[in-house]
Amino acid sequence: MSLNPNETKPSELRRDFLTALCVGVGGLTALIVAVPVVGFLLGPLLRDTGRKWRAVGPLDKFKTGDTVEVKFEDASPLPWAGVTAETGAWLRRNSQTELIAFSVNCSHLGCPVRWEPAAKLFMCPCHGGVYYSDGSVAGGPPPRGLTQYPVRVRDGNVEILTSPIPIT
Amino acid sequence: MWFLKLIWKILSIPWKIWEWFDDRSEISKTLGPLLRHPIPPGTGWKYVFGSATLIAFLIQVATGIALATVYVSSAGGAYKSLEFISHQATWGWWVRGMHYFGASAMVLLVGLHMGRVFLTGSYKFPRELNWLTGVILLFLTLAMGFTGQLLRWDQTGVWSTTIAAEQAGRVPVIGHWIARLIFGGNTVGGATLSRFFAVHVFWIPAAIFAVVGFHLYLVIRNGISEPPKPGHAINPKTYRAWYKGLLERSGRPFFPDAAWRDVIFGLLVVVCIVVLAGIVHAPELAGPPNPALIQTEPRPDWYLLWYYALLALTPHYMESYLMILVPLVIAVLLLFFPLIFNRGERSVSRRPWSAAIAIFVVLVVATLWYQGKTAHWSPAFDAPPLAIQTIGFASGPIYQGAQLFHERGCEDCHAIGGQGGHRGPDLSTVADRLTEEQMTVRILNGGNNMPAFGSILTPQDLTLLLDFLDSRTAYKNTSFRRTGGQH
Ligand code: FES
Repeated sequence: MSLNPNETKPSELRRDFLTALCVGVGGLTALIVAVPVVGFLLGPLLRDTGRKWRAVGPLDKFKTGDTVEVKFEDASPLPWAGVTAETGAWLRRNSQTELIAFSVNCSHLGCPVRWEPAAKLFMCPCHGGVYYSDGSVAGGPPPRGLTQYPVRVRDGNVEILTSPIPIT
Repeated sequence: MWFLKLIWKILSIPWKIWEWFDDRSEISKTLGPLLRHPIPPGTGWKYVFGSATLIAFLIQVATGIALATVYVSSAGGAYKSLEFISHQATWGWWVRGMHYFGASAMVLLVGLHMGRVFLTGSYKFPRELNWLTGVILLFLTLAMGFTGQLLRWDQTGVWSTTIAAEQAGRVPVIGHWIARLIFGGNTVGGATLSRFFAVHVFWIPAAIFAVVGFHLYLVIRNGISEPPKPGHAINPKTYRAWYKGLLERSGRPFFPDAAWRDVIFGLLVVVCIVVLAGIVHAPELAGPPNPALIQTEPRPDWYLLWYYALLALTPHYMESYLMILVPLVIAVLLLFFPLIFNRGERSVSRRPWSAAIAIFVVLVVATLWYQGKTAHWSPAFDAPPLAIQTIGFASGPIYQGAQLFHERGCEDCHAIGGQGGHRGPDLSTVADRLTEEQMTVRILNGGNNMPAFGSILTPQDLTLLLDFLDSRTAYKNTSFRRTGGQH
């Protein structure tokens, strides 16, 4: 009830308008805050970290027929990444000229596969995935072979191209 | 005498302050009726699990805040700060243990509370929303457990993140984006941990506070469900009026008539958590979080072991679907259950299907949990070479074959004499089942999840292995053994 008898009663229309105004302006206010916040949270999707060739050792360090683990730094690690900036890969030298670099991530759910030199197999500790020395599936749940990283030799050094963790 | 009066006066100061505070704020007039809201008769000890879950959550808040005063939420520093908390900080090991066992208690108590609500049909009209908010709290609790495990940020934490991202990657269309959001980029790195920290410490707890608040509001608004009686069916048209009458006739104030049980059980929960933390301790940290250190066997904490087992045991062709569908179906079933079955009998003696469902769920989860615990599908990387007693020879071809059995990785998947992996069949008496020829075919060509060793073994290796496997029999009779048990 209005305290002032002279004051006219606001019409229903005006009230509907004011309700819509409150909801609309409230929503807009929330949106103004949400845009930068959501943009910030989705940053990883928008930021391109690029890829880089990383040296993993001189070519003659790797013996023909051997598969060894090599480590290299991610493309553009954040300054506080610490040891998480490192990535591992399995490097196999097939011949004088042919090198293959496998991702350590199992193609099933990404667990780190181990090379068992005497068995000449890669084995996964999580759900028992097994791969042959060429990375093809030998058994277990992996839907496809191990992902390969691009690899090259520059000035006598083996280099691997940093790549995203393969998402199956 | 004046002395006693003085002491009395001093002692009554806090009471006076409270009276003043209450007079101005009228807080007891507002909250008192809530605390003394009437409850139906007959609620006993089985009604204490909800409040106990809340107490476990509050322990998590207290210990979590304490841990956060030392924990460094950067990918490079978290592990070292956790090592400091676990081994050097005053009572750090204890508080971390309380946080771990508090989480376990919370999961367990949510389960018990949910089981009680389900079996007593308390989710029926008008308490459907109580159940729905409870289900959301269950999911939030599990999400807290998972993100908390990651915050240990040891090897297991890093690899669990990878597994989570890979699973999310199976979601149609947007899977890859979710995976990148989980990593905070293309790989596990500096951005990964901080995101999980924010989720574990701010986002989910905020959601839990909000939903718990609404859940409690509903508990008071709709009243605590009366213990069910066979033959008394819920009719949404009449239930509210009937319940009101019940409370008017024989309602009792929640505080203190029922609250004393919650307080005693709450104390028991707290004592269990504190004592377990002091005696058993939180799990020791695995190695540092370097994604290039791969000698690790990541396993989820116990409350998610059943899901880990489900992923390992699912036939591969349907795995991608199940990975997404199972959680989705569970969520939909739990959320819609009370909406569909919101009337009728509440007593479990009149709801045999509900009892069967509850038993089935418990059995399935327990079986999967056990499977996850034993993880027989994982290769036994650390199995020692077979003992001489098992081989039966200390030299010669059978002995050499046994050495090859270990070196070439056969033992990773096959056990002999109780030693070795369980991914493949036990080969302790394989010669009684298979002829030498059959074994040769299996070894060279593989099949049934076994790799083909044709290009891995030399002919000499194969002969020695067969010599050894041919000697694995339950029978002493050599001629029987040589024919592999075939007559
Ligand atoms: S992650 Fe390797 S088998 Fe599942």
